[in-house]
Amino acid sequence: MSLVIVDTACANLSSVRFAFERLGVKPEVTANAERIRSADKVILPGVGTAQAAMRNLQQLELVNVLKQLEQPVLGICLGMQLLTNWSAEGNVDCLGVIPARTLRMQAQDLPLPHMGWNTVKASQNNPLLANISPEQAWFYFVHSYAVAPDDATIATCDYGQTFAAMIRHNNYFGAQFHPERSGAAGAQLLKNFLELTDVNTRA
Amino acid sequence: MLAKRIIPCLDVRNGEVVKGVQFRNHEVIGAIEPLAEQYAQAGADELVFYDITASADARVVDKSWVERIARVIDIPFTVAGGISSIAQAQEILAMGADKISINSPALRNPELINSLVEEFGQQCIVIGIDSFYNSETNTYDVYQFTGDESRTQKTTWQTRDWLREVVARGAGEIVLNCMNQDGVRKGYDIEQLSALRNDCPVPLIASGGAGSIADFQQVFTDANVDGALAASVFHKGIIAIPTLKQSLIDAGIAVRPAT
Repeated sequence: MSLVIVDTACANLSSVRFAFERLGVKPEVTANAERIRSADKVILPGVGTAQAAMRNLQQLELVNVLKQLEQPVLGICLGMQLLTNWSAEGNVDCLGVIPARTLRMQAQDLPLPHMGWNTVKASQNNPLLANISPEQAWFYFVHSYAVAPDDATIATCDYGQTFAAMIRHNNYFGAQFHPERSGAAGAQLLKNFLELTDVNTRA
Repeated sequence: MLAKRIIPCLDVRNGEVVKGVQFRNHEVIGAIEPLAEQYAQAGADELVFYDITASADARVVDKSWVERIARVIDIPFTVAGGISSIAQAQEILAMGADKISINSPALRNPELINSLVEEFGQQCIVIGIDSFYNSETNTYDVYQFTGDESRTQKTTWQTRDWLREVVARGAGEIVLNCMNQDGVRKGYDIEQLSALRNDCPVPLIASGGAGSIADFQQVFTDANVDGALAASVFHKGIIAIPTLKQSLIDAGIAVRPAT
């Protein structure tokens, strides 16, 4: 099993790498198109702004590479938002591999960023939440933009509003929270991702 | 529902965890990694590592322990202490810290906050504020260099003004350390925290004074803070995190269960 973490040049990659190493997998951190294409599984991390991240992907000439992947791909936090069509954060076109949109959170009077542990609810068949009971499904979030719930939503979360905690289209998956920093539940989710088969990724 | 966070703070000096009373007389508690792992397993929601020597000494000490912590724990953690440049912040974040917390360097150069937010995003920039209640003037004053008693000094800022300033500059979270309460375990400064809550549109973390489970319950219900930071009650084994969390759940407070 080969696992690649896309080196987006702006992300804090260490914690994602360490989380997989705790599961006994040695990921390769790379921006090399061929290495990404040939990996069995791909992680798209992300920290910072959508605009800066898309700019980096363009400079690295990875936009088309990432759009054409056929193996399971997991976008984390900003990485998930990059998988959508568009982000309001800088009014920027994203990769468009999951039909969804990223908007500024409307959290009523609650503090933003939405920061801390929150529960998620699987909204349809979600192979990444397998073996995680609803009572255990606490994950760590840090974000001020969120994906609006739609047909691509496979888990929701509530914070002043309901938003998409996880999205999915075919082989592309996204998690708004940080599984690498979400204790045992997060580790189980990453393990589920590693164990995805082709059957799981053809909706 | 978003959980209220329980945040053990580990003051680090020369690579060991220490704790003093009102910032004085630091005693060694133990080595960093085993303590970090122990707290993560006990159900801590987040950890803060405060390198208390660094800021006062105007240098960044050996931070290789940051990466060692990132390898072993699976909850978020913040590193504070002496980070006064983009390059230093970059180094800490690259080693796997989720957030960096800035205190004295932000007072010296407030523009640093804007630069850090622009470079790394609001979500990982925490501002620590050391606030001391002066009973003679009836004001809350901001102090700096609190890691070293001989250099601790009052600034010209009052706490509310400085809080507004750092939020306007993009801070993603505030840790308000109420110095009068620190280490004496007589309860959080509910009055100050609730007064400042309305001025703080970003997450607000209470620090200083936790002595009992009731103190945690009170700071969440009366001051509506997002998280409560504490050190000695955890390090000395006065409060066990699983017991604390269960008590808060029983009191109807949204908390992530310890197991």
